Parts: sequence; C-alpha cells; structure tokens
Amino acid sequence: MGYFSDIYKGFKTLLTGMRVTGKYFFNARKEIITQQYPDNRSTLTFPERFRGRVYMPHNENNEHRCTGCQACEIACPNGSIEIVWDRILNPDTGKKKKTIDKHIYHLSMCTMCNLCIIACPTDAIKMSHEFELAAFDRADLTMVLNQPGSKLMDGVED
Amino acid sequence: MHGTERFTATVHEWLLSIFTAGTTHFVEMVLIGLAYLGFFAIAGLALVYLERRIAAFFQVRLGPNRVGPQGMFQTLADALKLVAKEPIGTKKADSFLYSLAPYFLIISSLMAISVIPMGAGFSGFDIDVGVFFLIAVSSIGVLGILIAGWGSYNKYALIGALRSGAQMISYELSVGLSLLTMILLVGSLRFSDIVQSQSDYWLIFKGHIPALIAFIIFIISGTAESNRTPFDLVEAESELGAGFHSEYSGIQFAFFFLSEFINMFIISAVAATVFWGGWMPLHLGGFSGFNQTMDYIPGPIWFLGKTGVIIFLMMWFRWTFPRLRIDQLMKLEWKYLLPLNLINILIMAFVVWMGWHL
Repeated sequence: MGYFSDIYKGFKTLLTGMRVTGKYFFNARKEIITQQYPDNRSTLTFPERFRGRVYMPHNENNEHRCTGCQACEIACPNGSIEIVWDRILNPDTGKKKKTIDKHIYHLSMCTMCNLCIIACPTDAIKMSHEFELAAFDRADLTMVLNQPGSKLMDGVED
Repeated sequence: MHGTERFTATVHEWLLSIFTAGTTHFVEMVLIGLAYLGFFAIAGLALVYLERRIAAFFQVRLGPNRVGPQGMFQTLADALKLVAKEPIGTKKADSFLYSLAPYFLIISSLMAISVIPMGAGFSGFDIDVGVFFLIAVSSIGVLGILIAGWGSYNKYALIGALRSGAQMISYELSVGLSLLTMILLVGSLRFSDIVQSQSDYWLIFKGHIPALIAFIIFIISGTAESNRTPFDLVEAESELGAGFHSEYSGIQFAFFFLSEFINMFIISAVAATVFWGGWMPLHLGGFSGFNQTMDYIPGPIWFLGKTGVIIFLMMWFRWTFPRLRIDQLMKLEWKYLLPLNLINILIMAFVVWMGWHL
C-alpha cells in the first residue's frame, strides 16, 4: 500500500511546512528583522560581524598598532591596500626598524572580503560599521588609514 | 428578498422609466461591463498589494509601506509606471499574435468572472450551464499563453507556454471532475441554484467526506490552473526568466500580471461558491436564531470574505512549498489526483443514491 502511504506522507510534510511558515506569519508583527533605514539613521543597530570599510584604530596618544609587515597587502586579492614604508633609525636602540609612512586603502577596489583583517598579526586594522560610502569624486575613495603624525604603539611586535 | 436583489430591481426600474425596453437592455449591458472592468482593475491591484504584503510577513519583512497609508497605493503607482512605459518587443516577433495574446487572457478571465454570483442577483449572466461555461471559458486563457509564447520569438517564452499547455490540459480534468462531484449533490449546473441549495448547510458539510476530498483536489488543481507556486513552471523565474511573458513590457505585461491575479480570484471564488456557499451566510439547519443573526451580514461581504480566506490559503501555499518538476507535476495529476477524483465521484454518487448526505 505504498500509494496511500505516499499520499499521507505528502500531506503530512506539506502541513509541517505550512505550520512553520504560518508560525512566522502570525508572529510577524513582533519580530520584523528589517530596519526602516533612512528613518532610523541615528539609532541603527548593526550585527556584530557587519563589514563596512576598513579603518585603523588609534589610541588617545595618536598611536596605532601597524608594524608595516605588509601581510594585509599580500593578502588582499585585488590590490586595494598599498603600504608606503621605510627603515627608520630608532634613537633608543640604535637600530633601523621598518615603519609605515602611509597605509593607503583604495575603497574603490575593496570588496569587504575581510581577508586583510584575518591576515593582520597585530590587529592593526578592523572593519568599521560605516556603510554610506558614496562619493562624488573617485579620488575621495583613496584614503590614508594612519592619521598624520601617528606612530607605532610601544611593545607591538609582529 | 435580499438587499442586493432589491438594488438590481431598483436600478432596472429606474432605467426603464427613462429608456425604452430595448435601450434599457443595452444600457444595462454597458453598465455591467463597466462595473466588471472596474472590479477587475481594483481587485487586481488590491490582490497584488495583498500578495506582496503577505509575502513580506511570511518572510518576517515589512513589505511595501511607504506610498499611502500602509503602502496601499504602491500597486497603483506601479500600474501608472507600467502604463507610462514604452512597449518593447523582439524584432522577429509575430507582431499580430504578440499584441493579441494579452487580450485573450483578459477576456477569458472577464467572461469567467461574469457567471459567478457575488450576491443574490449579483451575477453578470446566470445561465443554466454556468459551471460548464466557466470551465470552457477559463481554458481559453491557455490559448492566450500559448499565443504569447509562440508570438514572442523567444525560446524561454515558448518552453514556458508549452509547459503551460501541458499543465492546463492535465489539471483542467481535475477541476472539472471535482466540481462535478459537487454537482451530483445539487443536480444543477446553474450557479444560483448551487448557492440556493446551500441555504441550510454548505455543500462541504452536506457531502462530508467525499466533499472534503473534492475540495482538497479542487484547491490543488485550482492552484495549478492559475499557474501559481508550487505549479508555476510556466514562468519559473530561475529557469525561464519570466516564461511566456518574458518579452512583454509596459501595459501588456501589466495585463498578464493582472490576469494572473484575477485567475486566482476566480478559482477562489468558484471554490467559495461551490464548496462554502458563495454569498449564502453560514446557516445551520435548526438554529433559526443563529441563522437570522448571520443574515444581517450582507451577501457580498460573505462572498468576498470566503474568497479572501481561500486566496490567503493559496498565498500561504505559494510562500511555503517548493516548485514541482515537470515530471512530478504530470505524476501528481495523472497518477494521484485523477484516479482519486474518479473514485471520489463514485463514492459521492453512492452517498447521494443512499441519501447519506445531510
């Protein structure tokens, strides 16, 4: 009697599916997951792992954690990151040390793939929650992530 | 005498006092045609809005809520946009058939809707082969789809149209046979007789088990008839673009879109009329107090309410079930629905013969 048990199973599974969607429908008012974006611009809530543009956090002494190891530059699949660096003499130790001059980030090529953040050994760069990234000039999309006059935080080694 | 019957009689007498009998007949035909066209447009727009809104709630979204209160005028704005757009077609399209096709669909749905009574005396024309006429006319629609697929000179459109042909021919059988099951109970093909016979109990209660089976079969095959998910192989977006209407734009596309929703309304209205009593209020034999309370709600509201419940059921199907493959579609009809339906007719005939119905 496979014929009738097939019909029974068919109806049972269809009703199971309808129960699931029905539960969502009748509770829809309580748990809407979309946000009314331009209206709630000031109170937007982001998921924790939201990927906006890349930024480099600085502390209050204008220090960052980037050692200039170029791991992010190598990891980037489409060349959005360019690091300008030099070996600068450290007056305390008397040794020359690799230091960044500019951490250049081309937002116009970036796909927010997160690979540079995974590659960074010192957690110097992060994904921000900034997503309104449109600009009127293409040059505005090329930015320098380290602030002018900033230097490496003490004790950060890669 | 029901309120709606009084209304039509008043209008008829008023027209007779102005015109001669022949002119009155003509004016009435024009008025009813205009009323149906208006209803067609409003119902189509409302159903598109409802579909989008209900779909959104099923997916825990909000849906259109910007244009007007709760986004009510969104579909009106969309329709205005479609009217204003330029119709673009393919170069090698058979332009006569290409521009003819949408009207086939529209006219077949308009003719089908005209026999359904929306209240006492509220039907376009109440002929004694109503159900037969409805089935005959609603299958003209598939001709429109086939013409659209052939005329647009596009492989996807043609595949979609031929699928539609196969689907319609198969599922037409189930629709007809499941309606026939209920006609065994009533003994008349006229829609007003069918509604009148449900003044004590609705047919789905009268015929109990075989009626319930017929109702389920009718809903399944009706969903297939109106080309909605899970039977939307005709316009399967992931395989065929948009199927038979992929080459249409502007107002012609709007015609296809509207007629799809009107077909859904017709199928729901037929289900409501034949199984749930149409405009007849919920009556239980013996409880005259209860019956009188129910009579205060006017017939058209009962009709639209019942139709709305079945439309909601069909939308629920759409946002739950995955699409069938073409072989599964054929298997469902020819190996399951049709044999079950034939057996069901025998059972119903036996039930009517023995007088086991209510």
